[in-house]
Amino acid sequence: MSTVSAPVLEIRDLSVSFPTETGTVSAVDGVSLDLAPGEIVGMVGESGCGKSVTAMSIAGLLPGSARITGSVRLNGTELVGARESALRRVRGQEIAYIFQEPMTSLNPVLTVGRQIGEVLQVHERMSRRAARARAVELLTRVGIPSAAVRVDAYPHQLSGGMRQRVMIAMAVACGPKVLVADEPTTALDVTVQAGILQVLRDLRDRLGTSVLIITHDLGVIADIADRVVVMYAGRVVERAPVDDLFAHPQHHYTAGLLSASPQPGRHAGTDRLTEIPGLVPVLSSQPDACTFADRCPAADARCRDSAPPLEGHGGTDHLAACWHPCSMAHQEANR
Amino acid sequence: MTVLTVPIAETASASITRRTRVLRRLRRNPLAVVSFVVLALAAGIALLSPWLAPYSVDQTDFARVFVPPGSPGHVLGTDDLGRDVLSRIMLGARASLQVGLLAVATSLVLGVPLGLAAGYFRAWDAVISRFTDLLLAFPFLIMAVGLAAIRGASLGNAAVAIGIAQIPGVIRVVRSDTLRLKSLDFVAAAVVDGASDLWVLTRHILPNATSVILVQATVAIPAAILGEAVLSFLGLGIQPPAPSLGTMLATAQQFAARAPWAAVLPGVVIMGLALAFNVFGDALRDALDPKGDRR
Repeated sequence: MSTVSAPVLEIRDLSVSFPTETGTVSAVDGVSLDLAPGEIVGMVGESGCGKSVTAMSIAGLLPGSARITGSVRLNGTELVGARESALRRVRGQEIAYIFQEPMTSLNPVLTVGRQIGEVLQVHERMSRRAARARAVELLTRVGIPSAAVRVDAYPHQLSGGMRQRVMIAMAVACGPKVLVADEPTTALDVTVQAGILQVLRDLRDRLGTSVLIITHDLGVIADIADRVVVMYAGRVVERAPVDDLFAHPQHHYTAGLLSASPQPGRHAGTDRLTEIPGLVPVLSSQPDACTFADRCPAADARCRDSAPPLEGHGGTDHLAACWHPCSMAHQEANR
Repeated sequence: MTVLTVPIAETASASITRRTRVLRRLRRNPLAVVSFVVLALAAGIALLSPWLAPYSVDQTDFARVFVPPGSPGHVLGTDDLGRDVLSRIMLGARASLQVGLLAVATSLVLGVPLGLAAGYFRAWDAVISRFTDLLLAFPFLIMAVGLAAIRGASLGNAAVAIGIAQIPGVIRVVRSDTLRLKSLDFVAAAVVDGASDLWVLTRHILPNATSVILVQATVAIPAAILGEAVLSFLGLGIQPPAPSLGTMLATAQQFAARAPWAAVLPGVVIMGLALAFNVFGDALRDALDPKGDRR
């Protein structure tokens, strides 16, 4: 599916840096990513690796101090450097966002129906009555029972999971082409999380919405994503179809991440997971090296001298930025 | 998937309109009812005072000065010129309420938009906040004298002067609440959904700032009533013999030992009005709060 139709979102060589008192910090460094219609792409990485900055920069949501280079095209329209008024039309209508905190992302003094309705009033110039009717419809679609009653509820009368559903209803109100979900389930219980992921899958199936889901939870990725992008220290280190990635990680960082995740039956005789040694590097350092070199078991002089490009190793769809990708034998040894 | 059920009472309350809910909450709060009745009574008396008052406010009777309250013909006694205190309180309350409301309206109309702009737009903050400092540093009386010199001494001009003097307080309160609100996630979420600045300010920030604005207003009304007394005492406000509660209080202090009622009674009315405004303002704030059903 992803290779047939033209991508709805094309990110090319996107770099974001922030000037700080101690020098420029590069938060995102040359990220490229395509999102095909109806595709769910997962973006994983640990805190501070640039996932959220990448997501925010898509619709120009970063503060004015951010220096953004590269290209973000939505249906062929360039968004990097676009005027604020143009971006405002795109936001909510073409690209919608869902954030991590459903508890605080809703206005406490407006009913959820009014909040969903106002997106429609802003973008589609809908009347208040029509917007309300549509809000009930949307609430039903995201799985809120007795939506006709709940439409008049205030946020504090709903649980966290319900609020996240309301956020999704708001996000998809105008039928966006792309939905960016930044840690949508992190603040929720596992059972509620499953429900939310089901709603996202549902939207993709019924409306053909492309979803970019950002998380540090590999379980969420395995559950919902078609393809995965692994980020480390502002760079994409690996990009692969989801099954491929979990079965044969090529980059040592990905392999480390996978072995650091608990899996049933794998840790017999020990209560310790395999961790990745070292810390995430400071984002401003080592521009001409593999950012993972200091923590990598396979690193050599070459890794510290030049940054590996993102290229195919285990098949055309499977790209990794590594000079010494994990061999199959290495894989087996790892398990 | 799990769905938390909302208790039936809350679901029911959610399906009625906002106005009904607010009114019902006010009716259930005895303090709100009492303060509303006091204010309504005061407003009614103030409106009808020209017809209700038993005497004319400037009708003197030098045979009957300093008649104590309870005397036949003068329920609340008379003052140093033999004028009926009840009649003067009625008309004085009318003037005082006018000043209080006009002053607060002035300060809110100018202060709320400025406070919102200062809190929301960083670039404007410096300018507006310095303007606020300037207003605060500027002596209130000199401004009132200036205004009276330009536009003449009158009740309306005194009210406007008081209102202008109250603007900095409104700006600061609204600005700080705007700063707090704009960092909240739902404002960010609205921006992400493509809302314009004006939309965010009017639909998200202003409604959430209502409670602090209400509190500010209910404190400002009694302050304005007292401020009017100061201005009128200096001849910058209402012109004698027309009464206001503040001027009655101020002039009666000269003979407070001889006729305490002439000072105490208007004072009690000012206090009652101030208390009623405060209590009602608090009750209204609670009733407007969507989470207020617990009380």
